[in-house]
Parts: sequence; structure tokens; C-alpha cells
Amino acid sequence: MTAFAPPARTGPPPAATREARGGVLPWLAVPALVIFVGFGVIPLIGVLFLSFTSWDGLGEIHLSGLTSWRAVLADPGLPHALWVTFLVMAASWAFQTPASILIGVFLAGRQRYRAVLAVVFFIPLLLSQAAIAIAYKALLDPNFGLGAGLHIDLLSQDWLGRPVLAFSTVIFVVSWQFIPFHSLIYQGGARQIPDSMYEAAELDGAGRVRKFFSITLPQLKYTIITSSTLMVVGSLTFFDLIFVLTAGGPGDATRVLALDMYKRGFQANLMGPASAIAVILVLVGLALALLLRRLGGRNPDASQLEGA
Amino acid sequence: MGVPLGAALAACGGTAGPGSAGGSSGGGAKATYWYLSVQPQEGVRTRAVERFNKANPGGTITGTPFQNDAYKTKIKTAIGAGQAPTIIWGWGGGTLRTYVQAGQVEDLTSWFEQNAAVKDRLFPSSFGAATIDGKIYAMPCETVQPIVLFYNKTAFEKIGAQPPTSWGDIMDLVPKFNKAGIAPFSLGGQSRWTNMMWLEFLLDRIGGTEVFQAVFDGTKDAWSHPAVLDMLTKVQDLVKAGGFIKGFSSITADSNADQALLYTGKAAMMLHGTWTYGGMSQDGGDFVPGGHLGYMNFPPVEGGKGDPSNTVGNPGQYLSISSKATPEQKEIAKKFFATGVLTDQEGKEWVETGGVPIVKGSDAAWAGSKDADFLNFVYGIASNAKVFAQSWDQALSPTAAEVLLDNIAKLFQLSITPQQWVDNMNAVIGQ
Repeated sequence: MTAFAPPARTGPPPAATREARGGVLPWLAVPALVIFVGFGVIPLIGVLFLSFTSWDGLGEIHLSGLTSWRAVLADPGLPHALWVTFLVMAASWAFQTPASILIGVFLAGRQRYRAVLAVVFFIPLLLSQAAIAIAYKALLDPNFGLGAGLHIDLLSQDWLGRPVLAFSTVIFVVSWQFIPFHSLIYQGGARQIPDSMYEAAELDGAGRVRKFFSITLPQLKYTIITSSTLMVVGSLTFFDLIFVLTAGGPGDATRVLALDMYKRGFQANLMGPASAIAVILVLVGLALALLLRRLGGRNPDASQLEGA
Repeated sequence: MGVPLGAALAACGGTAGPGSAGGSSGGGAKATYWYLSVQPQEGVRTRAVERFNKANPGGTITGTPFQNDAYKTKIKTAIGAGQAPTIIWGWGGGTLRTYVQAGQVEDLTSWFEQNAAVKDRLFPSSFGAATIDGKIYAMPCETVQPIVLFYNKTAFEKIGAQPPTSWGDIMDLVPKFNKAGIAPFSLGGQSRWTNMMWLEFLLDRIGGTEVFQAVFDGTKDAWSHPAVLDMLTKVQDLVKAGGFIKGFSSITADSNADQALLYTGKAAMMLHGTWTYGGMSQDGGDFVPGGHLGYMNFPPVEGGKGDPSNTVGNPGQYLSISSKATPEQKEIAKKFFATGVLTDQEGKEWVETGGVPIVKGSDAAWAGSKDADFLNFVYGIASNAKVFAQSWDQALSPTAAEVLLDNIAKLFQLSITPQQWVDNMNAVIGQ
């Protein structure tokens, strides 16, 4: 989910580079293009093809028309998985965004202790999702975990064994890992806001809260869109963390679409239906990314700094 | 004979395998072998390979261990991608059938004919799950592993009760243990096949072996047998009564946490495979050596039709040879089967882990062993069982097994009713 967009270029490029543009620059895109086609487009075509076949992952691949699609679309597991995926997306967005904005804006201050804190906050992002999941699973174990070890009854809940609790725990762990990343984005965004705006507001007698809601938040509009896009599209592909933490359980309470795809493909040996779900995942992801771009307004490149 | 074991010895006589005569294992040829991790069993497997390599420096085997649940996926993917190891470790049954159908494993029927001594020294019952449509595709190995009911004697003393002799006793014990703050049963429910063992025994004890045999044979609506509904209702009654440890649905068997619950006395009983004995002796401190571990076959259900001597589990483990391996690698693998698998030394080491090797007369090997009681108990169950059925998830195809495990997890979660379970399962019969 970590895709770093280059800063939007505004205004025409300086005359000196314009000549080079026709000759060398397009070639510079070739490595990226090769990787994108090789690891993005070609597998995608492969998956699309597989979704019209039946294959157990071992033997020969047989064309089977729409059989896989019919099986997937008629399965009550699909709407359930879509619903869980949507809930994960919505809940993790609703939890991460306010937290990330607050932390990001806080870290945007230039004080030294904030720089130290920024480094500390960043640590969860450096850990692998599987490692985080294993650590949390051990800590949350109702019989041998943190609660049982410290004899704190409040902590020895059946965290991963009840549908609502397990779902909330997944959201918490996901957020714990990704809030640092989004805070970083907001930190950068907040530092871009010109001081002159705050100075003007102070002259008008605005307090901290007023400045936050009237200047910081509106100025962060595009940062919010960028971060939300990454969050929403990224949450579609949550897999390793949930797989290790709950394996989709209890029952199917945390079985998101990506997990459903894996279980069908690699545990039930049904590569055709699994590929159909993969295609659905891609379509949902594309639709969401487009929708979020729309929400960002007609011209996302327009300047926010008029009058600054 | 149980489900897939029925065809056991009706196997011989097939097409000629690749000629094995005069095959010199070319200098430095290497075969690969993937197997399961987790001690103490992992060490036995590793040492068997090391001994073989020492004796055969010209053609050695490189072994790689994997964790149980991860291995099931990994091996399937590797075989599908043409990257299979030379020697494929498995449980036989339904999964082996999918390999056979895809032409991924060698037919060993004629090799076993030529090497009758290799075959004759093993338990005949172990060949059932290695036999697909009358041909043998795997070498049975390691130990016979019935599922048994383990219990913590100290926990029973604490509440002054006796081990259960019937299903009614079990249900009576549940409130007593809960009152004493001890969970009646330990269960690693996230692994799902752990829950399945309850269904396997209850269905057998209530309805006999024919009920699941009908499912295995693909009979339409076979799950609609009244014994199935009875069994499912009993399982849910036990869950509702608080029969299982708190948080059972988030405990995995791979972490051995379910065993830890039993030997730490947090749970009084555990239905599990005999392979957990080794783990409990190793990690449980004084628990096993001190004689605090009790064990018994699953008790009968009042009014049930099943024979109480029946059992379920793994009649053996299985080694197949990848058909994609080079001729040299296949030769090394066959040599390993003939001279490296279940040698006397390996058999002794299995006995030390509390396992019963699938070698005839292996009971002589543990005379005087500290685990002799347990080994005799397992040997008795394995040899006296009227039917030794293979675990359902291994007997069925992976596709049907996944639906089965999924529905079993939901059943234990009480999120579906027994009738919904039956309907869901009837829909995938024969797949």
C-alpha cells in the first residue's frame, strides 16, 4: 500500500529542461513501465484469464466459461466478505484519519522533543505485518497473554474469539501500524502551510482551536485526499495481518475479500473462483480511487495558497 | 476397516514403474525433502536424513522443515508450480488423490512388488490412505496417531471426580469443572481441524461408521442422516454449557497452547492426537513423568450405534515421490524408502517421543521404556480398533475439506444452526 506520489508540478517547466523533454525524458520512464507491465499488467491479464477457467492449482487448466463467476456471485460468502471489507475500510479510515491528523500536525512543530517523538512514532511502520500480528496474538491470548500475566481482568478478554471484539482488535492493530505512516504525510502537509496565514489569524484574535479548524484543516484538504486514498485502497489488500491474527475468524467475522480469495485459491484448490474474486478486488479498488479523486474537486492541481 | 483404508491391500498389480536396476546414484546428486517442523518429531526426521546422507555420500537428501498449517499450503503451491521437492511428506487420502489426478506423484505399486520386504514389515492398515484407485502412491512412514482423550489427573482429584465413561458423564463434569474455575476442555479452535475431531468421534459413537462412509462415497444428502443432527446438537450443547476453554476460537494448535492449557491445569481434558504426548512430556515439566497425564479412548454415547473401540486419526504419515524429479533424484528417494525410513534407530527415536512406529512388532522396542504404558495404550487402540478412520479433512478432497472446516468453525461459534450446517455440507458432497 505504500505508493509515494511525486509532488504535483505546477506551472510550466523552466525553458532549459524543455528541450530535453522530447529526447531523453520518456526513456527515463521505461524501467518503471517495464516493472509495472511485468508485475502489474501481465499478472492482471493472467488472473482475468484464470477467472474463466477451472484449475486446482496442480493439474491442467480447463476453460470453463462463466462457471467460476457464477459460483462466486451465487455464494453468500461474497456479499459477507464484501461487507466485512467495507467495514474494515470505513472503520480503519474513521479511526486512523483523525488520529493521524492530530499527531501529524503536532509533529509538524519544530521543537526538538517533537522530532524525537516523530522517530519513536515511526517504529511500528518498520515492522513486518506478520511479526506485528504474531506479537499481538501472543499479548492478547486470554490464557497466557498480557492480561493473564499481569492479572488484569480487563485485559484478559477473549479479544480474538468474539466477532465484534475480534473485528475491533483487527482495526486497532491495523491502525497501530499505519497511523505513523499517515502522520508522516500530514506532518509534511502541515509544514507546507505558510506561517503568514497563522500570523494573520493571530492578529485577528484566533485561538489554537480556531486556527486548527479554519486554517490547518482546510489547507490539508489534498493531503487528506491523498492519505485517504492510500488508506482506503490499501485496506482492500489487508491480508497477512488478519491471516495471522484471526485467520478470518471467529467463524467468518473478519474474513475480508483478500482472505476469502486466498482460502478459495490455496486452501480449497479453487483457482478459478479465487481469480474471479481477485478481479472483483481490482475493480472495487479502481472504483474507489476514482471516486476519491472526484471528491477532491475538479482540479486537484489548483493552488490552495491564493492570497498567502 | 475405515473409510479410505478399505482398499488397503487390494492394491498390487499395476503398470511397470521406471526401471530401478543398475541405477547408480550419480556423484553428488541431491534429492530434496520437505517435512513438518515442531519438536520432538522434527529432530527424528532430521536425524533420519542425516544418517542416510552419511551412509550414502554419493546421493544425499536435503531436508527442509515447515510448520504444519503453513506446510499444507506451501506444498500444494510448490507442486502446482513444478517446484515440488523430490520427496513429498503428507497425510495421504484426499490430498494425495489430487496429486495423483494431476499426475504429480510416482506410482509406487510395482516398486513395492519388487521390494515386498519393505511393504511387509509395516502395518497393513497404513497402506489404505496411500492407495488411490488400487495403486500405491506413497510410502507409509513414521507413527500411527489415533486421537484420544487426554486428561489431567490432578484436576480430577481437585474436584473429586472420575474420568468420564459416557457422553452423559462428560456433560455432568462440565459444570463441576467450571465451578472449580477449571476449563473442562482445552481446544485450539482457530486451527479448525481440532474442532473437527469432536464431530468425528461423536458421529462415529452415535451413528457408526456408515454415516461418514456415505459422505466419503459421495452419496447424495448423506449428511441428512439423523445421527448427524444429533451429533451437531450435542456439540453445540457442549459449547453452550461452557465446555471449552475461554477464547478457544483464537487458540491455534500450531503454537501448542492447547497442550499447555492441559499441563498447566487450566483445563481438565483435551481431545487430541497422540502426537501431542511428545510435546507435553518435553514442555510440561513434571506433568508426564510424574504420572499426572491420563488418557483413554473417546467414551461411548448412550444409545449410540458405534463401536466404542473405533478410532480416528492418522493411520500413518506418507512419503510420495514427485514425478517431476530427475531419475537420479527418484533413485535416491527410493533408496531412502528402502534403507532410510523407519530403520531400527528411527523406530527407537519415535518410541522416545511417545509415538508408535507403524512397524509390525514394534511393541518389542519399548519394553522397559518410561513411556511403555502410553505406547501400549496407543498400540492397543491401533490394533484393536474395528475401524481406524482417517481424519475427515484428510480423507476428503481439499475443496470439500475447506467447506467442512469453515462450517465446523461456524458451528462452534454458534453462528449457524445444526440444520444450516447439514444443508451447507450436503451442497458440496462429492466435490
